[in-house]
Amino acid sequence: MEILGESQKITMAHGSGGSATRMLVEELFQKNFGNDALDKMEDAAVIDVPSGKIAYTTDSFVVTPIFFQGGDIGKLSVCGTLNDLLVMGATPKYLTAGFILEEGMDMKDLEEIVKSMAAIARDTNIKIVAGDTKVIEGKGGIYINTSGLGFINQKPLHTSNVKPGDAVILSGTLGNHHACILSQRMNIENTISSDCAYLGEMVQNLIKEEIEIKTMRDVTRGGLATVLNEIADGSNTTIGLLEENIPVDPEVKSFCDILGLDPLYMANEGKLVCFVPQEDAQKALNIIKNSNYGEKAAIVGEVIKREDVAVTVTTRIGGKRILKALQGEGLPRIC
Amino acid sequence: MINIEEIKRFLIEYTGPKIKLMEVCGTHTGSIVKNGIRSLLSPSIKLVSGPGCPVCVTPSNYIDLLMKYAESKKYAILTFGDLIRVPGTKASLSEAKASGGSVEIIYSPMDAVEIALNNSEKNYVLAAVGFETTIPAYALLLDKLTEMEITNVKLFTSLKTIGPALDWLCKSEPDIDGFIAPGHVASVTGTSVYNYLANKYHKPFCIAGFSAEHILVAIYDLVVQTSNARHEVHNLYRSIVSDKGNPKAMKIIEKYFEPSSVYWRGIGVIDHSGYVLRKAYMDYTIEFPSEEKAILKESNGCRCGEVIIGRIEPKECPLFGKVCTPVNPIGPCMVSHEGTCGIHYNMHE
Repeated sequence: MEILGESQKITMAHGSGGSATRMLVEELFQKNFGNDALDKMEDAAVIDVPSGKIAYTTDSFVVTPIFFQGGDIGKLSVCGTLNDLLVMGATPKYLTAGFILEEGMDMKDLEEIVKSMAAIARDTNIKIVAGDTKVIEGKGGIYINTSGLGFINQKPLHTSNVKPGDAVILSGTLGNHHACILSQRMNIENTISSDCAYLGEMVQNLIKEEIEIKTMRDVTRGGLATVLNEIADGSNTTIGLLEENIPVDPEVKSFCDILGLDPLYMANEGKLVCFVPQEDAQKALNIIKNSNYGEKAAIVGEVIKREDVAVTVTTRIGGKRILKALQGEGLPRIC
Repeated sequence: MINIEEIKRFLIEYTGPKIKLMEVCGTHTGSIVKNGIRSLLSPSIKLVSGPGCPVCVTPSNYIDLLMKYAESKKYAILTFGDLIRVPGTKASLSEAKASGGSVEIIYSPMDAVEIALNNSEKNYVLAAVGFETTIPAYALLLDKLTEMEITNVKLFTSLKTIGPALDWLCKSEPDIDGFIAPGHVASVTGTSVYNYLANKYHKPFCIAGFSAEHILVAIYDLVVQTSNARHEVHNLYRSIVSDKGNPKAMKIIEKYFEPSSVYWRGIGVIDHSGYVLRKAYMDYTIEFPSEEKAILKESNGCRCGEVIIGRIEPKECPLFGKVCTPVNPIGPCMVSHEGTCGIHYNMHE
């Protein structure tokens, strides 16, 4: 990449705070992320905040491989944090990005990652207003932390809003991101693509149509099973799922069957689960189905009065299975 | 012809004598729990899990030896992920790794070829654990190692064959009325071993696949056979399992391995129940030290040994779910994704 002179690789100098750092910041980060707040290049971004509540979150991304079918660590680091804000009922506005780069990282790769972050930010009208770069010894890896800030106009969503009778809507198929990352690590060739995506349009459509959303969660690490256990415990209810309604892509299903994986416990990066009153369920489902990334959405279960367990599944064959939260380790460095 | 709904009705309404059936293979255990099969059976039909999880029947001093190799810094260990958290008598490979031992996870035995070529200065010990479903993959690896003259990988084996273990079970656990036989293993070995056992012990066997329907039909078949005092071998899994198995896979196993009497965790030594490398390939193996063979060490209070022979259910072990959990496993059955205790714990059975 010509912008950084002859350097094709990240060196310790790029993290020194000196001229190489400055060049990297100006020629790569500022050039791609540039906006009025960032361009002032001061020690902190100064931003306008309306009155009311803000949602504020942070997440770190360590996924390996850094490029995968359907995305890369950059896209993931923006979408992941934005989705966390969204499911709290907030409208995301600002991000910060901290990069920890390992010495030897390919400059071209870094540029591609930064460009993919910038593209999502541009498409979603989010400003990346502050950042940081550090370089450490290593094997050319990259880790990204993003923090996000969003504004909340309505009552904040909370798990305790969930009540017996509510319907559980899942915005699409389970397991795609997990299966994609694992396939690439195992050198298995298939067409499974990560579902990494920003779900802003879907949530905006639900709000615009005045659906009474009780709570929402993005279904990331730990999978649907873990998220639903947290919601059931947090609202003192039991959630009953219908296995045959839970969407899983056939290729992901075969992959899981071979490896003994359960899509209910697998990580996703562009799926949310949404609780709405039963009478709104069909309308909400149609809205999600007509939104980006929602075409395979389904009503997967309903909330009932608290029983002695948090989440149950009626299996395809009519058996009953109890679904606990994920125990032990999931797949490391999945996001 | 009876359809699946009629089978379901039969199984839930069954009021005959109590029947105890064993699913031998860990993958069956997983499917039974995942599909909620137990909730579809009459209380008179009991399912117990068998010794078909390779990690669970691996002796604890095998893990100790692997740890010793890892900690010696002379060797790096290559292992499937399943084994890494299995406790030996003191600790597990993950602890050896955390304290600086070299332990790498592989997804296929063939991964060893590239790793060994890329790191020719290092010596590797491959933890070769498994049944006939995995052993051909180790044989193919040996094909490659010998062909490419790769000398820095040695197999440390704990390889098992299920027939002699079932023979031992039929003898020592006579209250098991019938067996759901492991479909994958049978696809390699064929069905003759089950015919032999069915005739010898007058027990029915049903070879089944892993779908909910397959398992329900197998249970139905075994209940009907037991009720009628029949002891036939039925093969529901003809799409995968032929009577003669996979002669090509058996041939490559025989090329590199020979039968041996090996130790099963929870059971002890069973004659001709495993495989070790043939003498001609001794350069590619680390032998189990003879002085270690007879040691029967189990972690204090762990009853995995009784779980894998169907003598007790996981919840009957005093450690289950209390001190022994998937996060802090005491016995191997809590670790492996095919292990009975881990499956029961995760699925809240």
